[in-house]
Amino acid sequence: MSFSATNLAQPLQLNTATPRSNDKPSLLLPKTSSFLGSTRNFRPTSLSANPSHSNAHRRSAVVAVSEAVKEKKLHASTNLLITKEEGLELYEDMVLGRSFEDMCAQMYYRGKMFGFVHLYNGQEAVSTGFIKLTKKEDSVVSTYRDHVHSLSKGVPAREVMSELFGKATGCCRGQGGSMHMFSKEYNVLGGFAFIGEGIPVATGAAFSSRYRREVLKQADCDHVTLAFFGDGTANNGQFFECLNMAALWKLPIVFVVENNLWAIGMSHLRATSDPEIWKKGPAFGMPGVHVDGMDVLKVREVAKEAIGRARRGEGPTLVECETYRFRGHSLADPDELRDPAEKAHYAARDPITALKKYILENNLATEQELKAIHKKIDELVEDAVEFADESPLPPRSQLLENVFADPKGFGIGPDGSYRCEDPKFTQGTAHV
Amino acid sequence: MLGILRQKVGAGSSSAMILGQSMQRIRPTTSALRAFSSSAKEMTVRDALNSALDEEMSADPKVFLMGEEVGEYQGAYKISKGLLDKYGPDRVLDTPITEAGFTGIGVGAAYYGLKPVVEFMTFNFSMQAIDHIINSAAKSNYMSAGQINVPIVFRGPNGAAAGVGAQHSQCYAAWYAAVPGLKVLSPYSSEDARGLLKAAIRDPDPVVFLENELLYGESFPVSAEVLDSSFCLPIGKAKIEKEGKDVTITAFSKMVGYALQAAEILAKEGISAEVINLRSIRPLDRNTINASVRKTNRLVTVEEGFPQHGVGAEICTSVVEDSFGYLDAPVERIAGADVPMPYAANLERLAVPQVEDIVRAAKRACYRSASLAASA
Repeated sequence: MSFSATNLAQPLQLNTATPRSNDKPSLLLPKTSSFLGSTRNFRPTSLSANPSHSNAHRRSAVVAVSEAVKEKKLHASTNLLITKEEGLELYEDMVLGRSFEDMCAQMYYRGKMFGFVHLYNGQEAVSTGFIKLTKKEDSVVSTYRDHVHSLSKGVPAREVMSELFGKATGCCRGQGGSMHMFSKEYNVLGGFAFIGEGIPVATGAAFSSRYRREVLKQADCDHVTLAFFGDGTANNGQFFECLNMAALWKLPIVFVVENNLWAIGMSHLRATSDPEIWKKGPAFGMPGVHVDGMDVLKVREVAKEAIGRARRGEGPTLVECETYRFRGHSLADPDELRDPAEKAHYAARDPITALKKYILENNLATEQELKAIHKKIDELVEDAVEFADESPLPPRSQLLENVFADPKGFGIGPDGSYRCEDPKFTQGTAHV
Repeated sequence: MLGILRQKVGAGSSSAMILGQSMQRIRPTTSALRAFSSSAKEMTVRDALNSALDEEMSADPKVFLMGEEVGEYQGAYKISKGLLDKYGPDRVLDTPITEAGFTGIGVGAAYYGLKPVVEFMTFNFSMQAIDHIINSAAKSNYMSAGQINVPIVFRGPNGAAAGVGAQHSQCYAAWYAAVPGLKVLSPYSSEDARGLLKAAIRDPDPVVFLENELLYGESFPVSAEVLDSSFCLPIGKAKIEKEGKDVTITAFSKMVGYALQAAEILAKEGISAEVINLRSIRPLDRNTINASVRKTNRLVTVEEGFPQHGVGAEICTSVVEDSFGYLDAPVERIAGADVPMPYAANLERLAVPQVEDIVRAAKRACYRSASLAASA
């Protein structure tokens, strides 16, 4: 139940003032500094005023682990957070995310992809930190910023790039596009283009895990769903509706807020009455955790606990990852409203650079090994572009396919008549 | 806080209850059948829907019902009566009043091959969830290029109710029928209700199932075939309720009853009307409609919904496209008035089609309106 990395923290009462009066000015003056987490100490919370007073409904304290993990890192260098293999896997995944998105920008400006393309640069630690801990059967539901979640989940870069090029070899044969990545094989259940829209679907996926285990008696079904969404979504009704139902029904889901502090040009602080989103977890009877989303090791630590909790059937967790996007909202966004100082502040906290530093300082790998990863990824992304570029466009006949799962489908058939007139369209037993 | 505590206790004990219910679930479907066939050859639409749900839930453990008040309260219109007792709270799921949330949850569950039946207390409330019906359910199969299909049923009462005002009285047939990826069914009789609901639940795609509150209590004769648990109607096929040769009248849901009454009146005046019960709004059975119009050469469309861009407009287009040369008169379109539903009973009556409207329109189509009758 408790987060292992949080044992340094003291559970605090919700109704007592948390020791962060030094943060107050930043809440009032959004542009003066980063506003959440990075300068903050523990964020303990508990529904219970007295943790020893047990109550079936009350939960024990759950706190932000960022500082705790940092402590561990500083004082227990012999007890590393990751193995060499893990470190290289995380590094490779983040580099893949970054290089892939950079390539997308190039390809977009060259007219190879079109429409809205939202890039993930800067937020890699969240996708990598969470998704690399999942099993293939676990599900990921994303937003319109979904390329990197798909890559982390295992969808081949070739297929994602090809989808972005609108080619028949894409993971959705060119029918989905940038904002709608699906993969049945890897359980990527979609990018959803509207704010908040993906959360109920993710909650439904978690619901079906529970249904399989408890109603269909598939005892081994311990699949977990990760719902990724942004800070803006935390003001949308569907977020609250689903926090309620997920907690009520103890669903195996982790709500992952990628708080990149901005909508398009609207600051989170101007949009949200209480900008600390993690606090909304305890309000619904689930743990709320805040974590530094620019540090993949901290994210991973929190993710491990939250995913484990869901897998054990102990219910949902709300995790707020404070992160930052290094590019505009989409490639069509001139990005003029964000303070250059703020951008510089976060650029200096690049999650890939940070992991590299950690790996090298702890002698987990050599500079050469990391360079080799960059080379490998560059080739992989180049190959993805070549593959996408050479792939055929979807044939004309594909236009009317896949509207229905029903093999007959309907719509306009090759002869111009309605397909539904095909005999046995959806067969009944009655003679009509 | 107290409320939350109470809910928690309920959730905590649910796993213990599941065991008990799974035992009940094994009960054979035939028992329900016998009860119906021994009683009478009549069945209400409510019982038809209830028995269809019961049989499909019994046949497939992946089928579950969710919605507001469907469990303990047995459904706002008692369609889910007895199902909670039989299948337990995990399969008859009382949801909070959160249409967007629980509809999306239903869609997500369907992504994984469960077969949710989402009940809207009335279809008016589906407006809160229309994003999930259209964007999540209807489009996923296409967006994922066939990787993820969504076998879900959205059902509930639709159309004009009585005395409930503008926000609770509206027909959504044309709305949902405009969306590729959805199948839209609208039953009239008990036979329709049973056969179409069972077809909808078995269908691999999202189905919008538009019932009518005012029909729930009506009884219809049912055959032994209809009562069989394997009974199922084809999606996309209309039914000719009454054959005729002078004019075709198309209708769905409650308006089928009105059309049949109109046909009786017309028969007394020597006009033989053919009444088509559409059953399926999307796909639309263009074949049956056009074959009928080619025979009668005249068409009257009837619906409760708003006239503009309505079901009648679509039927008219299909006839103009396929059978223009066969028409001997302009197509008559009977629809609800182009206004939000008024509350006052007299105005409300004026706002929805009445039997006499259909009779008048059919006579006009046959050039038999009062003024012309003398010269004809």
